[in-house]
Amino acid sequence: MELVIIAAAIMLGLGALGAAVGMGLLGGRLLEGTARQPELGPMLQGKMFLLAGLIDAIPIIGVGIAMYLIFVVAPGVGA
Amino acid sequence: MAGENPTTTEYIQHHLTNLTYGKLPAGYERYDGTVLEADTWTMAHGSAEASAMGFNAFHVDSLAWSFGLGVIFCALFALVAKSVTSGVPGRLQNFVEIIVEFIDNNVKDMFHGRNPLVAPLALTIFVWVFLMNLMDLVPVDVVPSLMMALGVEYHKIVPSTDPNITLGMAVAVFILMLYYSIKIKGLGGFVKELTMHPFNHWLFIPVNLFMELVGLLAKPFSLGLRLFGNMYAGEMIFILIAVMYSAGLFFGLFGGFLQLGWAIFHILVITLQAFIFMVLTVVYLSMAHEDH
Repeated sequence: MELVIIAAAIMLGLGALGAAVGMGLLGGRLLEGTARQPELGPMLQGKMFLLAGLIDAIPIIGVGIAMYLIFVVAPGVGA
Repeated sequence: MAGENPTTTEYIQHHLTNLTYGKLPAGYERYDGTVLEADTWTMAHGSAEASAMGFNAFHVDSLAWSFGLGVIFCALFALVAKSVTSGVPGRLQNFVEIIVEFIDNNVKDMFHGRNPLVAPLALTIFVWVFLMNLMDLVPVDVVPSLMMALGVEYHKIVPSTDPNITLGMAVAVFILMLYYSIKIKGLGGFVKELTMHPFNHWLFIPVNLFMELVGLLAKPFSLGLRLFGNMYAGEMIFILIAVMYSAGLFFGLFGGFLQLGWAIFHILVITLQAFIFMVLTVVYLSMAHEDH
């Protein structure tokens, strides 16, 4: 039963790692772009939020499934 | 469950089970020990029974809330549309106009085909999904305990934390995608795109077909699960914070600030997820409308 928890932890950890690196790069590029052309700031920020949501997609799906594992599969409810 | 206060796991389990109405197979032993002689359609009393119902079970609360929110959206926008005045617009009309223009501009520069359905569809998706997500900001215990008082044992008020709802919407978008692809490109064109696309040679058809099909199926799957994952994780954190309230005054106070912080951040997540669902729907439909 403990393996389920470890599996969920690995899912959360690796997903978060990928998302963090992605967001870091995205934020860096946003600042670069805004510094280079400040008048494009708002538009770049809009696109950044859209891409931040897309980057978040797979890790958050991992978080959703990991929480399902922890709170439903681990205690064996409804099995 | 009702009398003594629940343990943490019970509390979390309770807040995660939907109000399910479904068919229990004959010979199934109910929670109170009665054995069913025939297949009976009944309310599930606990997730064990809900999963025993298998496929033919309905999440009554998700369906009711999503349908209700859809009706609110249509009624509100229809009301404003009827009483629209070009003179001095009221506050509600300004608000609705802002949303409609925001969606219209987005759809204009994303959608390259000519289809009168896409902009209204985008508006509906954005506002409806936003309303469904907005329910997540309601404190976790308010409605379930209210419903418990009325005798309804399980109640989840956020429809978009139910994978059935989000995947259902994603499948609807997928069907629209297929319909317009075949309508605009013709069946032959669509099949040609699936089999010939990356490498334009008949020898590569199996490779092309595999890659294109994976790409095609990934779209609705990721579209639906992205919204579900975000909202489920968000709701789970609200529930975990709510569990902190039962752990003494210090944790309760700390939990209060956490709840406030997470709710404020969640406002961004809610609008962003609704916006992304809408943007991707429009992008997928515009890809379906591309005619080489």
